[in-house]
Amino acid sequence: MSSLRKTDLKAIVISLIVFAVLQGLISSEALDPFWQLNIIVICINIIMSVSLNLINGYTGQFSLGHAGFMAIGAYTGAVLSVNFHMPFIVGLITAFVTAAIIGCLIGLPTMRLSGDYLAIATLGLGEIIRIVIMNVNYVGGAAGFMGIPKSTNFAWAFFVMLFVVFFIKNYVNSSFGRACVAIRENEIAAEAMGVNTTKYKVLAFTVGAGFAGVAGCLFAHTFYIVHPSSFTFLSSFNYLIMVVMGGMGSITGSIAGAFILTTISALLSDWPELRMSIYAVVLIALMFYRPQGLFGNIEITSLPIFKRFKGGK
Amino acid sequence: MSILLEAKNISKLFGGLKAVSNFNMTINKGELVGLIGPNGAGKTTAFNLFTGVYQPTSGTLSLDGRSLLGMKPSQITQRGLARTFQNIRLFSELSVLDNVKIAYHTHLNYNLLEAAFRFGRYIKQERQIEETGRELLKIFKLEDKADEIAKNLPYGAQRRLEIARALATHPQLLLLDEPAAGMNPQETNELMDMISWIRKEYALSILLIEHDMSLVMGICERIYVLEYGSIIAQGVPDEIKKNPEVIRAYLGEEA
Repeated sequence: MSSLRKTDLKAIVISLIVFAVLQGLISSEALDPFWQLNIIVICINIIMSVSLNLINGYTGQFSLGHAGFMAIGAYTGAVLSVNFHMPFIVGLITAFVTAAIIGCLIGLPTMRLSGDYLAIATLGLGEIIRIVIMNVNYVGGAAGFMGIPKSTNFAWAFFVMLFVVFFIKNYVNSSFGRACVAIRENEIAAEAMGVNTTKYKVLAFTVGAGFAGVAGCLFAHTFYIVHPSSFTFLSSFNYLIMVVMGGMGSITGSIAGAFILTTISALLSDWPELRMSIYAVVLIALMFYRPQGLFGNIEITSLPIFKRFKGGK
Repeated sequence: MSILLEAKNISKLFGGLKAVSNFNMTINKGELVGLIGPNGAGKTTAFNLFTGVYQPTSGTLSLDGRSLLGMKPSQITQRGLARTFQNIRLFSELSVLDNVKIAYHTHLNYNLLEAAFRFGRYIKQERQIEETGRELLKIFKLEDKADEIAKNLPYGAQRRLEIARALATHPQLLLLDEPAAGMNPQETNELMDMISWIRKEYALSILLIEHDMSLVMGICERIYVLEYGSIIAQGVPDEIKKNPEVIRAYLGEEA
């Protein structure tokens, strides 16, 4: 019991140190504005990849519509801030709730599908969300929604990310997460063990969608503007690649995947024509030499070297 | 003795194929019953009907006096009917202990928020299933393999883990689908002892499908014989051994 809480505590302390160092770099302007912005984007992408990992990696349900839920959160947060002058935190919570509700409504019918069919259905629904938004004039239609206050700073992004990572880490280490993994491993056996597979699939989908909404809300309040073109299926693929690269079923893997890919694309932003080619080469090399992703389904913190480092048994 | 499982006139059609027809079976509390029959007779189909994987085309099915018709497999497991699979279906990428922990699923009642924020109830219940899970593995001589990945276990150990996992759901009735398949005679003997032992220890009723006649005749109190989807004989082992219908089904008729 206490050992469970102790590891959490250590992880929190380490995170706070990382935060203090980065915040120090930002406050002292040692980082230029470009990288200040990119650190926030990394945090947002970590939320996206970790929440997508819950659905794709842990529950084994191949979803391709994650950017759609991000869009729902982004627009919900933007409307609340601009039209209703709500505080940022209210926007974040409402973004979670709205995206989760829509995730649940989409999850109920689609989670009856499996494999390729589910991928196609979620891909389509993600696009439907984007196209519906594009045709609603209240939120700016195809021109995008402008004038959003820049409420997201590094502290917000970092602590919301930390919350989401801990929430999902504890989710997957509970009976809820075990039910998800059981579904991924063998759905028939999971049912035979008393796991209501539909319920746990929809629950994972709902929670994953909700946190994508939170990421969307942070995203909207980073760039002054949200535009439907930010949430195409290409960005869904982008998050999927982060998850696959890091390792399906590894939270630390998703964090690494989001960090590495976001950093690579930031570093290559001066050579946009090279960017996608290098991106592709990295992925092909990864699939050749490490098809299970960088970390497979193992958490880096469970490696022996970390146990020693943390003073565990 | 009171009736635990009662199947009345169950039939299952797959298109035009009658996989099981007018199947009647009763299992009393505490009984150990065998279900035998030639390959393709419909034994596993009967299991799948009992556990909700298939719904019967006609007939009634009840456990402890309550109907099981229309229920999902997970609900039937929660009612107290657990099973193993003929072709092993472990959660092969997970550790042995996690396989068992998943089966304790229905006995945990903390909610998602308690889990996400690690409240007391989560920690208490998780510690409890960790302990009971390891104790259960000890019974099945798997305690030193608790942290191994299930797919790396030897075949016999995988079969034992399947039984352990089914027991962790706290069943009243355990359905074993060919538990001795692929085991050598010594492993089969150990398995027989273990089945008799867990039955007493957990006050279980057991229904088992098996081709190994020494096992079936050795431990079953009553035996049902299935051929082409119909019960052709039932009775105590000695009756079954002498029953001409059964001999015909297994060995064919004299020319």
